[in-house]
Amino acid sequence: MAAASQAATVAPPVAAKTLAPAERPVALTCRNLWKVYGDGAAAFMQANETPSPEDIRQARLFAAVRDVTLEVGRGEIFIIMGLSGSGKSTLVRCMSRLVEPTAGGVFFEHKSLLRMTDEELIQLRRHKMGMVFQNFALLPHRTVLGNVAFPLEVQGMGKAEREARALKVIELVGLGDKSGHYPRELSGGQQQRVGIARSLAVEPDLWFLDEPFSALDPLIRHEMQNEFLRLQRLLSKTIVFITHDFDEAIRLGDRVAIMKDGAVIQVGTPEQLVISPASDYVSAFTKHVSRAKVLRVGSIAVPAREGEHLGGAVSASAGVAEVAALSVDSTAPLAVVDEAGTLVGKLERAAVIEVLVSGARA
Amino acid sequence: MSDFAVAPARRGVRFSPGWLIAIVVTALLVAPLAAPDSFRWALSYPTAWVVPVSDWLRAFLYWLVRDLSFGLFTFKDMTRFVASLFAAALQVPKSIFSTGVTFGEDGFHIPRLSWAGIVCAMGIWGYMLGGARLAALGALGFGYIALFGQWDSAMVTLSQVVLAVAFGVFSGLMLGIWAFRSPRLQPAVVATLDFMQTVPTFAYLVPLIFLVGVGPVSGLMATILYAMPPMVRVTMMALKAVPPELDELGRMTGCTTRQALWKVLVPSARDDLLIGVNQVIMLTLNMIIIAAMVGAGGLGFDVLNALRQPNGLGKGLEAGMAVVALAIVLDRMSRAVVELRPVHGHAAVVRRRYVWAGLAALLGFTLLSFAIPELEVLPRDWRVSTGSMWSEVVSFVNTHLFTAAEAFRTFILLNLLLPVKKALIGMPWPALIALVGAGAWRLGGWRFALGMMALIAFIPVAGLWERGMTTIYLCGISAILAILIGVPLGVLGSRSDRLHKILGTLCDTLQTMPAFVYLLPVVMLFRIGDVSAMVAIVLYSLVPAIRFTDHGLRRVPPSLTEAGTMAGCTPMQRLLKVELPYALPEIMLGVNQVIMMALSMLVVSSFVGTNDLGKQIQVAISQADPGKGLSAGLAIAFLGILTDRMIGRWVAARKAQMGLV
Ligand SMILES: Nc1ncnc2c1ncn2[C@@H]1O[C@H](COP(=O)(O)OP(=O)(O)OP(=O)(O)O)[C@@H](O)[C@H]1O
Ligand SMILES: [Mg+2]
Repeated sequence: MAAASQAATVAPPVAAKTLAPAERPVALTCRNLWKVYGDGAAAFMQANETPSPEDIRQARLFAAVRDVTLEVGRGEIFIIMGLSGSGKSTLVRCMSRLVEPTAGGVFFEHKSLLRMTDEELIQLRRHKMGMVFQNFALLPHRTVLGNVAFPLEVQGMGKAEREARALKVIELVGLGDKSGHYPRELSGGQQQRVGIARSLAVEPDLWFLDEPFSALDPLIRHEMQNEFLRLQRLLSKTIVFITHDFDEAIRLGDRVAIMKDGAVIQVGTPEQLVISPASDYVSAFTKHVSRAKVLRVGSIAVPAREGEHLGGAVSASAGVAEVAALSVDSTAPLAVVDEAGTLVGKLERAAVIEVLVSGARA
Repeated sequence: MSDFAVAPARRGVRFSPGWLIAIVVTALLVAPLAAPDSFRWALSYPTAWVVPVSDWLRAFLYWLVRDLSFGLFTFKDMTRFVASLFAAALQVPKSIFSTGVTFGEDGFHIPRLSWAGIVCAMGIWGYMLGGARLAALGALGFGYIALFGQWDSAMVTLSQVVLAVAFGVFSGLMLGIWAFRSPRLQPAVVATLDFMQTVPTFAYLVPLIFLVGVGPVSGLMATILYAMPPMVRVTMMALKAVPPELDELGRMTGCTTRQALWKVLVPSARDDLLIGVNQVIMLTLNMIIIAAMVGAGGLGFDVLNALRQPNGLGKGLEAGMAVVALAIVLDRMSRAVVELRPVHGHAAVVRRRYVWAGLAALLGFTLLSFAIPELEVLPRDWRVSTGSMWSEVVSFVNTHLFTAAEAFRTFILLNLLLPVKKALIGMPWPALIALVGAGAWRLGGWRFALGMMALIAFIPVAGLWERGMTTIYLCGISAILAILIGVPLGVLGSRSDRLHKILGTLCDTLQTMPAFVYLLPVVMLFRIGDVSAMVAIVLYSLVPAIRFTDHGLRRVPPSLTEAGTMAGCTPMQRLLKVELPYALPEIMLGVNQVIMMALSMLVVSSFVGTNDLGKQIQVAISQADPGKGLSAGLAIAFLGILTDRMIGRWVAARKAQMGLV
């Protein structure tokens, strides 16, 4: 990662690969963000701009987040992945300043989070941010309604109004008949729906989810992912989502950041990560994934010759698995077109089969 | 572990410290005994060397009371003011439970809560909390108290309990929160709490009666001081145990500090906090009974009175049973509240109905007692007295068991107690200090040894040798007996689930009973004297030996026992060679608890005999001599700290050795 050496308030050039997609305005920026644990960590980071892992070890410190620079676009689902202990939770907590970063900057809508007073921060969290926790973090002494209304109550909203609003969100997540229940009377999936409803009750712009589904069994997890996608289609929030499951990342994410030992080692669409992994660590994540699910037609299309005979047209953004049957049945290569309908290339049958076979092997 | 190996003597001229120490200790022990004439100073601590700690403490307290002034008001004004606040506060529960309110002479009288109402309400609420069993327990417990003529005393006690619990819980919660929020203060707070819990209960009483005067208020204040520390501890632990995600939730939703505390942390810690409340209730009851000594009245006074009168034992047992009834009902009910889970819908409606029904019974009967005075005060001829029955029991015991009990008593006294007592008191005092020092040195090195030696040296230096050694002898023997009885029971409990359950109930019951109650049956059998004191202490301190052994053995990992079995151990070998060694640190923690409880029982047991430090405190209370009482209290506290630190060191080292930390 490019080492930048300027004050946290001045925006340094962000390496191109971690940029938000051009079509989205930037919502959240992390710049050379560090979280170092240990005695004298702050002083150490002041003295060393970008210490090497060796330096840190020698100072008996521990870097949970290491020089992270990235941008999240408005309305984007940004996934953070990594092995256990790689610093995902710490990074997300730095983004919301639940954990105080040791060095670097965090900017939400171009305002520096680290410069905010406690009062500003409380207001920001009350109105702009929501968070869903891995172990649900429901208040055991409150009903579903009480839990979902809790953030509104904290804001000082009147009882009737907050309960009406909470009920609406509870309906939204499909728990309308359970609003009087206590958390211990609900299943894990239902509990997490409450957690989701609660984080949505304040209508946040920025939504953090820290492994929200990993405590659930696979079937429920799948159902909750669908639910999540449905909600996102309705609400279009800016989302930072932690998971350690690449399948989940593919299903939900626009872009994925892979973390290792506190550092972000690659950011890209799921497809980019599969096609051009930056290291063996990244390919280890993508290895078991069916390539046919990830790869888009556009990425295995080859240029078509002028006047070549082509079969039916498929969209460049379609998944390879979706068009496999069509391609195998067709005698000629398929025509690949972009959103506007212009021809961008052709899809060879052999290329499709190769993707399918490599997926089967994995 | 180098701490444990006695450093081997090097071949040649030089001795290692271990040998040197061993020689010094032996010399100090043997020389004075061999040549008493030349070592008179070592055999009995010279009076001229005594540091007048008692006098200093007395002078300090007199200075507080007479001379200390904060400008506008004196220290005495302040204590008087605080005391009058408590006295005023006590009026509220006292009017409700015990006296009612009367306006003017013979004027309009609002009755106290009707006994019938309380019995009914206990039944109804008991049913709500724990079904038929708890309903029966609640109604029968209070029914007993009413029918057997203990109501008046019991309500005096109950009103004091209510006030002390309210104060203790509130201030404990606040202090706990404060300590939780200022992590830097936590070690200091924990150390203070440790100290407060090693100082015997009575030591609080002595300066308090001096400052506040004899009466319910000083008893009440001592009780609060005694019962609050666990609440502080529980609060700190409970708040720390709240899952970090809930804490983050609070911050993420933009809670202010206050909102986070009262809306997230405290409610989430409800269960643990209520366990703290239960502890406060039980400790309060225990102490309130003891506070009868300084004029708190109530059931404790009845028990105490019975102990003082030659033929009062029957009445005493009756009052004692009332104490037990009160204790068990309060304990089980408050524990059931901990178990209560929030419910919704129909269940919630039903629950609310029970609450209201109980209240209605309470108020209904009380209102009725405007018309029917029998509902306020149960008429004398409705009451049943078991006093005569208990007297029968006492005389039965005297006629039939006397010879056996007496034989046991004499045997123990002549063969165990007296020889040990003589040996300990006759021991040269430098030898005791050296022995403690040697042990401490092996456990924790020179600095630790110096600290421990300073603690034990307090006993001769403050001129408390004979009483101190009597204390060590009595507590020592009682603790050893409690361990010899408790550990095997714990082993048995860990082998069979059925026994485990039975022992659990036994321990629960033993722990619920206030210390005072133990004295009654003991005196009945063994009369006044060291044997009675010893038996009472053994009974009182038995529980941790059973509990910790059982628990420690049950926690031995199955893989370890399986390995033992696979290696061909017989069950006995497995127990002795695999499980007990593994559980030893845990068992030693139990031993530590046994000693602490034995020390705290001292003053209570000094009612029935012995001339130990407990006795000195008791005498100090009756003579209102705060210096004497405090110095004896400090001596007991130092003994407690000494054993606690030494055993703590040992356990920590042993755990480290086994890689368990
Ligand atoms: N308060 C702390 N003090 C010291 N080290 C910490 C602290 N909090 C976290 N760490 C360390 O930082 C590293 C990253 O922790 P983090 O919780 O961010 O990991 P994660 O990627 O979320 O892991 P998981 O998938 O298990 O949740 C871990 O090695 C952890 O031990
Ligand atoms: Mg995590």
